[in-house]
Amino acid sequence: MGCSVLDHCVTQEAESTDVPPSLLASGLLALKFPIILLTMTKLLEWVFGVSVIGAAWALVTFDLLNLRLPVAYKEVAWPMPVYLLVVFGCYSLATVGYRVATFNDCEEASKELQDQIKEAKEDLRKKGLKM
Amino acid sequence: MASRKGSQQSRGDGDKYSVLLPTYNERENLPLIVWLLVKYFGESGYEYEIIVIDDGSPDGTLEVAEQLQKIYGEDKILLRPRAKKLGLGTAYIHGIKHARGNYVFIMDADLSHHVSGSPVSLDNTVSEKQPKFIPEFIKKQREGGYDLVSGTRYRGDGGVYGWDLRRKLISRGANYVTQVLLRPGASDLTGSFRLYKKEVLVSLVERCVSKGYVFQMEMIVRARQLNYTIGEVPISFVDRVYGESKLGGNEIVSFLKGLLTLFATT
Repeated sequence: MGCSVLDHCVTQEAESTDVPPSLLASGLLALKFPIILLTMTKLLEWVFGVSVIGAAWALVTFDLLNLRLPVAYKEVAWPMPVYLLVVFGCYSLATVGYRVATFNDCEEASKELQDQIKEAKEDLRKKGLKM
Repeated sequence: MASRKGSQQSRGDGDKYSVLLPTYNERENLPLIVWLLVKYFGESGYEYEIIVIDDGSPDGTLEVAEQLQKIYGEDKILLRPRAKKLGLGTAYIHGIKHARGNYVFIMDADLSHHVSGSPVSLDNTVSEKQPKFIPEFIKKQREGGYDLVSGTRYRGDGGVYGWDLRRKLISRGANYVTQVLLRPGASDLTGSFRLYKKEVLVSLVERCVSKGYVFQMEMIVRARQLNYTIGEVPISFVDRVYGESKLGGNEIVSFLKGLLTLFATT
């Protein structure tokens, strides 16, 4: 198979000295795609991810490719988006709630600071600072 | 490393730390921050200098800074004043220009770089507490060779003092949204106490376009983009200015706008 491709390329080369424009274009596209993937903004990442998942969901739920999947698949897939949103919402609430509850209160830090402020003011006054 | 015999023993290891202090109307707080910096740096033995970048404060902050310079010496306290409030990024650039350190500490006295002139940081950051953590930042940086070390209130022993439930909720909630949207690789993005390698700070400030505390967020996000390594140190955050830190609707809206801008552009 490699030989036939090579033959094809060789004959192509023989016909024209320039690389065919279509080959060039598709070559550039092939290069661009990984670059786009690597340098996507967070927004694009989300759009991409949601599109992929959305397409998969629509495929299963609405049987877009006429795959004739078992009815059970469709029944499970159909409420998934809402279900996942609810799960995410609950997880978020629980996480934020937990973090608020365990947010450290630095009592000693404040006392220490107050003492240091007094000490600083005294020391600076001695050194000649006029406040 | 020789054991520390006295508080003034110099480590002489070639590293010097420049502390950038952009100020606006910090006449009362500046002497305290400087005193604490001198104290903790002196005890630790590290080489340092403090660079005060005053944006034409009407309350005489610059005069206080000049007095401090007389007390502590011109090699320790450098003054780089500017005519008017011009923004945090340019303050850093201006301050670093003649900095002789190879590492830079960022400590904002407050983050009032908003059009209205009133403090609109999401978390009011008048925090003289922070000089205490300087040796820990330096230790952490040396441990991992990090490009930047960020102080965090949300991990380990980090915490706050004097915050009511509402404020904690908003802070944690906003941080959670930021984590979900930006996945920044650091737990505290709006904090302003950080240690940078000097060349890292220069390259990041060049690329950041936001204002105020969103600028601090953008610094971390860009650092992640450029694959810089980020270390974290838990810090305790004591609010000195009670009653002035009103997290009103305006502040939250401007935070969300900044967050969404970062989301769409980085």
